Amino acid sequence: MSSSAESRERILSRLYNAQQYGRDAYVPQKKVWTIRNRPKEKNITEFMERMGAVRTEVYRTKGTEWVAELQKLVEERGQKTLLHAPSTPTGKVLAEKWKKKSPCKLVTWKDSIEEFKDDLFACDGAVTGCIGGIAESAAVILWPTEEEPRLMSIVPPLHVVVVEADKIYTSFQDAIKKLKWNTSMPTNALLISGPSKTADIELILQFGVHGPTDLVVFITE
Amino acid sequence: MASNEKFNFAQSVAEALADSQLRANFRFATDTLIQRRGTVFASPEETNFLRDVGSSMKKDVLANLPDLLERFEAKCIKNGIVVHWAETAKDANEIILSILNEKSAKKVVKGKSMASEEIHLNAYLEEHDKEVVETDFGEFIIQLCNEPPSHIIVPAVHKNRKQIAEVLAEHVEGMEYTEDVDIMLENVRNTLREHFKTADAGISGVNFGIVETGSLCLVENEGNGRMCTTVPPLHIALMGIEKLIENVEDIPAIYRLLCGSATGQRITTYFNMISGPRKKDERDGPKEVHLVLLDNGRSRIMNDPQLGDVLKCIRCGTCLNHCPVFTRIGGHAYGSTYPGPIGEILVPQLEGLNPKGAIATASSLCDACSEACPVRIPIPEIIRRMRDESYGHGDPNSVAGYGYKKNCVESMVWRGWKWSQTSPFMNKVMLKGLALFGKWIPVVGPLKSWMSVRSKPTFGKNSLKDLVKKEGVRHE
Amino acid sequence: MKKVSAAKTPVYFFGTCLADMMYADSAMAAIRLIEREGYEVVYPMEQSCCGQPAYNSGFPDEAKAVAWKQVQIFAKHDYPIVVPSGSCAGMMKVHYPKLFKDSPDLFTVKRFSERVVELTTFLHQHAHAVYEDKGAPIKATWHSSCHAMREANCIADSKALLSQLSNVELIELERERECCGFGGTFSIKQPEISGAMVSDKVADVVSTGASVVLSGDCGCLMNITGHMEKENITDVKGQHIAEFIWERING
Repeated sequence: MSSSAESRERILSRLYNAQQYGRDAYVPQKKVWTIRNRPKEKNITEFMERMGAVRTEVYRTKGTEWVAELQKLVEERGQKTLLHAPSTPTGKVLAEKWKKKSPCKLVTWKDSIEEFKDDLFACDGAVTGCIGGIAESAAVILWPTEEEPRLMSIVPPLHVVVVEADKIYTSFQDAIKKLKWNTSMPTNALLISGPSKTADIELILQFGVHGPTDLVVFITE
Repeated sequence: MASNEKFNFAQSVAEALADSQLRANFRFATDTLIQRRGTVFASPEETNFLRDVGSSMKKDVLANLPDLLERFEAKCIKNGIVVHWAETAKDANEIILSILNEKSAKKVVKGKSMASEEIHLNAYLEEHDKEVVETDFGEFIIQLCNEPPSHIIVPAVHKNRKQIAEVLAEHVEGMEYTEDVDIMLENVRNTLREHFKTADAGISGVNFGIVETGSLCLVENEGNGRMCTTVPPLHIALMGIEKLIENVEDIPAIYRLLCGSATGQRITTYFNMISGPRKKDERDGPKEVHLVLLDNGRSRIMNDPQLGDVLKCIRCGTCLNHCPVFTRIGGHAYGSTYPGPIGEILVPQLEGLNPKGAIATASSLCDACSEACPVRIPIPEIIRRMRDESYGHGDPNSVAGYGYKKNCVESMVWRGWKWSQTSPFMNKVMLKGLALFGKWIPVVGPLKSWMSVRSKPTFGKNSLKDLVKKEGVRHE
Repeated sequence: MKKVSAAKTPVYFFGTCLADMMYADSAMAAIRLIEREGYEVVYPMEQSCCGQPAYNSGFPDEAKAVAWKQVQIFAKHDYPIVVPSGSCAGMMKVHYPKLFKDSPDLFTVKRFSERVVELTTFLHQHAHAVYEDKGAPIKATWHSSCHAMREANCIADSKALLSQLSNVELIELERERECCGFGGTFSIKQPEISGAMVSDKVADVVSTGASVVLSGDCGCLMNITGHMEKENITDVKGQHIAEFIWERING
């Protein structure tokens, strides 16, 4: 095997030589795709509509009333455990308002994935916050943190996301600009649009293949 | 089809055409995918604008590729990603194996990656005692039957529900034959979850590498890619060197083009941007992230300004869906990782015209592919170029196997044709000859091919030239 | 019969090689349709083929030689060059400049290419042809050749002309945008695939219930009617749009 460094040299030198053609070649002016920002209400309506179209349950709630809504929802579905991050604003509200008698118990992530793996895979659901939503393409934006690790949004069969109404952006472009992705990219950044799905059998859309089977979004104001 | 078998395109075409179930499966799939694409790209003006955006973006990347690669590498290293360079498929396989060995990793879960198919990674790792589990649903199925993907986006699309049910019943422990898709999925889900939990490493491809931030972007619907790149302690990403995007702000357009073209979605379920391994206080994510940059012939392709356009490809597979030939023969007939129109222009360049140049004859040059291509690759023009190169009419240094098809008979025929079309006298002789003796042309060679499905052509008694004179049209 | 208007520039006519070999009547009808609009038609006798067969088969030098011959033959006047085929027109408009991109003759070729206009585009957009249908009611279907659709961009014009024929009911093919499988030498280099394509196309044609399938391209017609003949399908005939219109407006 040639070493990685030698390969690097050879690949780059071939490419730099090819540039003799490349620089002569006509490169058209780069065009940019822009979408004009819309008012907040329009964004929320479109977000709800489009998220609904990708089989996401979206609820618009005031203050902390989403906790009660969520509690009703998980109890109806017979969920036993709900993973949350009590040190985040979302998790804090959840822990405070959660009825202790609920058959669905709140669980917290302990230690690193290596230790927590079995428990994680046994969780029925997880609640996370997010840093925003996108109306035009129907997505929530998650930048997982130490408090809300990446796997919270992919392993448990139910994923609940709480998004602030003010943080629903018109477009992906706008979200990138407002959140300054180019300078503050986290280790892992995610767009999530609906529950996990596949169409590998006769192109029939089926939900819940590896990740969550259900995605629930609460818009809070 | 194993890569070491001698490739016989004519035979694989004949077999594919004779399989009516296969043809029905592909027809259904391509029709559905074209229709779904139409729901996202409903307005031709907007679509064409977006295609301009994608095309200029990729062209720009290619024009500055070595600079961008160096910048990207530096960013990745800064982010804590270990970067490897692989000049050939063999290099890439060896690099990946040595990373796995160093970590004593035995079991690997894999996300869908065409680059890994290109280098036949699974076979290589399995030869070296690694357990490799494909986790994309479609890939999982075809791995069970030991088949390569038949489509870039929907790898098991050549199989219908019943065929998939049979495969699962045969290979998945505790599973009985069922055509209930929910039950099939649940079983596969449970099987694969066990694998995710117990794997030592995850391998994935990369849809876009963002230069500005040193991020690896993965586009997927199932979530298996996220599992592979997050649950195991080690993540190895394999990426063709051409897959760069310069800035984060470029992503929305190219991402929309990819989703819309591939599956007719505005966005996939997950867009996963990975910019490094688990940080000190983070509680999940791989402890190490390795990136293998794969050349495997790409830098050579860049030498030719026309051929270089093939590297704009974002692997959306829409040219396959729009191709009337692909629709009829399916992906396996092409005998290569990349089938369809993109395969016709990429594979002969990667693997040589001999033996793979033959697939460039499988096009009526109808232009349906280039009409749909999200980054405006002039596919038919490059197919013509492959044909030129096959006969030794082009640049001897550009594609391996240059001139492999060169032969006296065809050269003579075309020289004769040229003569008959440039010399008015010869043209007249030819037309007279056809009019008088056309019906006695022996049914051999091209005429025999023509007449396999069509009647014998009837040549007119009069040429247009005769009529023009007769009818008194002004001529000069 | 000819009423030539002095105010209108004459036009050149490029008949195509298939017109010379097999479809002379269709091309003649095209000439009549142009003359009907008051244009004098000039036919250079030394013309032959646009060069596409070699161009698509890996023989660019031969294609270039034949192309250059056409460029020279039509250089005497600056007349528009009307072509009764979307595919040949596409070759001459779109591909000639590519063939000559490194040649000192590029600008001559480009000027030639700019003068090329497909027949139905000429009749509809330039001549503003108006037709009165004198034929009996008929069901017809239309096959768009790929290059007419994607290179010459003339399908809207072809259909606009057909729509003027009041007794013609045009039934569209289910897969109008799909290639018929001709593709020049493709049909003999990959006869099985081409055969599968044309048999699907013919099935589509037959299922419309039309008694005639029209097209602006003789290559596709030769392919489609050739397959219909082979399969003994006799209740549908194939016809070039020019010949069809000419017959309809003359009763």
